[in-house]
Amino acid sequence: MSNAVVEVRRVSKRYATGVEALRDVSLAFPRGRLTTLLGPSGCGKTTLLKVVAGLVQPTTGEVRVEGRRVEGPGPERAFVFQDFALLPWATVLRNVAFGLELRGLPREAREETARRWIAEVGLGGFEQSYPHQLSGGMRQRVGLARALAVDAEIILMDEPFSAVDEQTRRKFQEDLLVLLRDRGKTVIFVTHSIEEAVYLSDQIVLLTPRPGTVHRVVQPSMERRGRSPDEIRRDKGYLDAVDDIWQVLKQYVG
Amino acid sequence: MWDEAPETAGRSPLLTAASLAIWCLVWEAVGRAGVASIVPPLSRVVASGAAVVTSGKFAVAAWVSLRAFALGMACAVAVGIPVGVLMARSESVGRILRVWVNVFVSAPVSALVPMLMAVVGIGETTVVVTVFLFSVFVIVLDTEVGVRQVSRSLVDMAACFGAGRRDLYRKILLPAALPEILAGVRLAAIRGVKGVVIGQLLIAILGVGELFEVYSQNFLFEEFWALVIVVFAFAYAVSEGVARLERRVEHYARAR
Repeated sequence: MSNAVVEVRRVSKRYATGVEALRDVSLAFPRGRLTTLLGPSGCGKTTLLKVVAGLVQPTTGEVRVEGRRVEGPGPERAFVFQDFALLPWATVLRNVAFGLELRGLPREAREETARRWIAEVGLGGFEQSYPHQLSGGMRQRVGLARALAVDAEIILMDEPFSAVDEQTRRKFQEDLLVLLRDRGKTVIFVTHSIEEAVYLSDQIVLLTPRPGTVHRVVQPSMERRGRSPDEIRRDKGYLDAVDDIWQVLKQYVG
Repeated sequence: MWDEAPETAGRSPLLTAASLAIWCLVWEAVGRAGVASIVPPLSRVVASGAAVVTSGKFAVAAWVSLRAFALGMACAVAVGIPVGVLMARSESVGRILRVWVNVFVSAPVSALVPMLMAVVGIGETTVVVTVFLFSVFVIVLDTEVGVRQVSRSLVDMAACFGAGRRDLYRKILLPAALPEILAGVRLAAIRGVKGVVIGQLLIAILGVGELFEVYSQNFLFEEFWALVIVVFAFAYAVSEGVARLERRVEHYARAR
């Protein structure tokens, strides 16, 4: 556990409405790795992510980041939202720089950083565009650039590609791996897509629905380095992991 | 919400012009036929309108009325927006005030004006308070709706990236609610014009209200109608002015 950046300890969450979203969840998220929370809808995966983000208070249990108990959001954690959560009245540049703006960085400095990340995520030339002028995939690139611009060690992603079409999604997944490579970020990624989880993750947490508990933790055994996306998707380790997870999850479907 | 008329005016200027022209013709015809002495032909109304507007009496009346309107509206905006925001952000404040706001927004506030005269005296203050009461509640209501519908994830986003309370209001909630707030201000301005006229009519010794009183008491129907047209035009111009502002922030709505 010493290598874990984020530790979730016996977290349960019951909402005021009486819905029990999480029950006794304990997890460790290793440093520099991408961990996916995977499960059918209603398994509390987004709730768990928001507990880690400090946006939702757990009913019992606690989350520790670098050993310190989480009481709310913090600068070492950045969030990428399912619905992008961009300011519709602000340009791409201001949106990407918004996290730095809230930290009180002077305009020059924050816009310089923002421009660099806009280019990194492939949106160079769109600095002065408004979100409504961009496609869903491009908007999420803005959301990702905003999260990367604040240089948080931990990046929390809540079904970031669910609102974009399949082709865009695949391209985005590939770009995400490139963006994260060698940066040492610890990523917690929520999805309901098995293929997405296996393609991206070092570690996959399977959650059961209503209330969410940890069913199993899977570590796909395959080499990504130096291989094309198509080679990865044909890898035996990839296919085995997908099948393995499907065997578990299909009992919760229908 | 609270859109009494869809904002299609101006998009088909020809149709609008035709509609106006037909009304003018009908008015002129009815006036010339001499159906009733209270409806003089439009051409004579317009002619005496020129005389009315250039008279010193009108200048004084217009100034007094405009001042009351501006003061009342300024107070309504200054009070209405913060109260609306508070109602949206605090469940208990919302519960306590919502019923009152809803009662007053639909109540015929004019009935209270005689009472106001007894409390604050017969004078400009009464008119200002009348304008305020006519306009403040719709601003409160629209602001509350606007702040309420700000998406949860924008608020979460602000929290995640370290926004304090001040930034949350200044950089997220108010700009996100701006289209609704402006819609509220536009409707409030329309109601405010009604407030000025009704307040002054009931007091009958001030501003435009006094002129209306003088004209109708003395059967000066040409002048009376000219003044009606001027007041209507003013109300329309104010509402169009705010609507123009609203259209400038239209991309908000499209992006949500």
